[in-house]
Amino acid sequence: MGTYIIRRLLWTVLLLWVVSGITFIVFNVLPSADPALLRAGRRAEPAVLQGIRETFGLDRPLIVQYFDYMKDVFLHFDFGRSYRNDADVRSQLLDRLPNTLYLIGGAVVLWLAVGLTVGMISAVKRGSFLDRFSMTTALVAISAPPYWLGLIALYLFSSDIGRFPLLPGSGAFQDTAPFATQVGALIMPWCVLATAFAAIYARLLRANLLEVMGEDYIRTARAKGVSERGVIFHHGMRSALTPIVTVLGLDVGILVGGAILTESVFNIPGIGRLTFDAIQRGDIITVQGATLFLALAVCLCNLFVDVMYSVLDPRVRLS
Amino acid sequence: MSEPILSVRDLKVHFNTDDGRVKAVDGVSYDIGPGRTLGIVGESGSGKSVSSLTVMGLTRSKISDISGEIHFGGRDLLTLSESEMRSLRGEEIAMIFQDPLSSLHPFYRIGDQLVEAVQAHHKVSKAAALDKAIELLRLVGIPEPKDRVGGYPHEFSGGMRQRVMIAMALINEPKLLIADEPTTALDVTVQAQILELMIRLKAELHTSIVFITHDLGVVAEMADDIAVMYAGRIVEFGPTETIFDSPQHPYTWGLLGSIPKLDASRDEPLVPVTGRPPSLINLPSGCSFHPRCPYVRDAHKRVEPTLEPVKGDPGHRSACLLDSDVRDRIWEDLREGKLPAEARADVMAGDGAP
Repeated sequence: MGTYIIRRLLWTVLLLWVVSGITFIVFNVLPSADPALLRAGRRAEPAVLQGIRETFGLDRPLIVQYFDYMKDVFLHFDFGRSYRNDADVRSQLLDRLPNTLYLIGGAVVLWLAVGLTVGMISAVKRGSFLDRFSMTTALVAISAPPYWLGLIALYLFSSDIGRFPLLPGSGAFQDTAPFATQVGALIMPWCVLATAFAAIYARLLRANLLEVMGEDYIRTARAKGVSERGVIFHHGMRSALTPIVTVLGLDVGILVGGAILTESVFNIPGIGRLTFDAIQRGDIITVQGATLFLALAVCLCNLFVDVMYSVLDPRVRLS
Repeated sequence: MSEPILSVRDLKVHFNTDDGRVKAVDGVSYDIGPGRTLGIVGESGSGKSVSSLTVMGLTRSKISDISGEIHFGGRDLLTLSESEMRSLRGEEIAMIFQDPLSSLHPFYRIGDQLVEAVQAHHKVSKAAALDKAIELLRLVGIPEPKDRVGGYPHEFSGGMRQRVMIAMALINEPKLLIADEPTTALDVTVQAQILELMIRLKAELHTSIVFITHDLGVVAEMADDIAVMYAGRIVEFGPTETIFDSPQHPYTWGLLGSIPKLDASRDEPLVPVTGRPPSLINLPSGCSFHPRCPYVRDAHKRVEPTLEPVKGDPGHRSACLLDSDVRDRIWEDLREGKLPAEARADVMAGDGAP
């Protein structure tokens, strides 16, 4: 197990190197915005521009810039400084990480609780009105984009512009606010972020459980005289939940890299919001840093999933 | 024969599917005495598994339509509630299945699965149940059972897994064991070992057994009585020796003719039962075997045969419309090695019928 994890981590480093190479090419070689111009502002003197280029080393050949960037990233874990406001990209990412984790954490709990319950009931009561109703609802929920859902939620329930002003609206989440206020501010974002995932997980679990309940070992459990409840929970769900762990790991990995839409709609200062702003302002070095961070999060979650899988399924051996 | 332990009367199991009503079992009756073994033989879709799963109460569903009577332990199982059936399953009637790998839960240790079988019916500690599990694993011939209880199903070989299944079925000392093709998924040498084990356990434990198989060679070793099923009905029933010595149904002849014999020359072709099993949604009219029967006559396409005692042998019953002396002559011919067509020509010539 130990050697497996070390080997996987080395692979992760290699993968990150490839990702960083690609992002560097995408953002620097393919011209999008001139970083120096971004920094100097509109109508800057050529001399000022030149000065900025020299300060940031933007006048050097691309290959030299690339190696310098790589050296900083991999040896010093330094993602550089924002072209726009000189802020350190790494500390910006780390500052905003807790907010994103906060958002995801609540949403994960919510979508697992709702999605798995609905999925299980649907599978057990297959073909019933409840099953058809929840699966249709799930389809609608999957199809609804989070930004649309977010705006609808704000329009309906937000305390400032809402028709039924019940909950704090956009921008209510503050780093420094007390815990209770933060929780209140996150209720709507949690629900919005969790909606589509809950629907996907409900459908996924329903399909898994239906398949599992047709397995021979389920028949064996019944033939042993195990109660139906025991058959469903102890035998059926145990098998049906295992693939869900994989999906959950990947989803969380991607979201840690920023729940861009939800964070933007609700103005939550997380990694997604940071990335969104950086993209809008052409702050290439921040976008690069955020992309690498996302890749790292996905890789680590993936590794976690694979290790978990070997714990959950005794047939799986890590090698 | 003493009081039967299981008595099935006119059992019908129909399933209402989107394609139509599937008559999986269509009027089956049989008895099993204590300590006896009944072999149920038939090809896929003949209803042999469905009838046994129904005894276990495992075919109850929204789409199934079950009628008849199943008497066991003084009660009609078809009238019992689901929870009453549950307390019977695994305790008084146990079952083993065809594929031991897929029949064991891949995520749980063998020991835990055996313990669950005990604890589903008895309030005992896990340690006591585990001791019982180890004892049963030893009984079925698993070496070093104390270590093996901690293993997962995929760590066992096919034969060992089936031994585990047998141990699990017998752990609560059931009165009746239903074995649904327990050797079909195994290698031939392992098949022989499992059969040997079952014969030994039968002698030791005096459990009554329903042994379902499509393999006549297997029932010849195991069964006291044989029921031959075709299209959801029993077409022939009798003691094992009788079924092999003087079978009285063309389908049984077909089954016997399609197994290789040790004393036959190697290039002698096997005679398969021609045609395919009928659709259980649209059963053929009259005798449901008539489209495949080499000896069919026009009347057989209209009249339904019933399972009736064979002349001179009340323990032997057959559902065939041919006259009993005609059947005797055909069997004589077949036994001499004649092909069904030749046997048919012989009896037809004698009759003057087409």
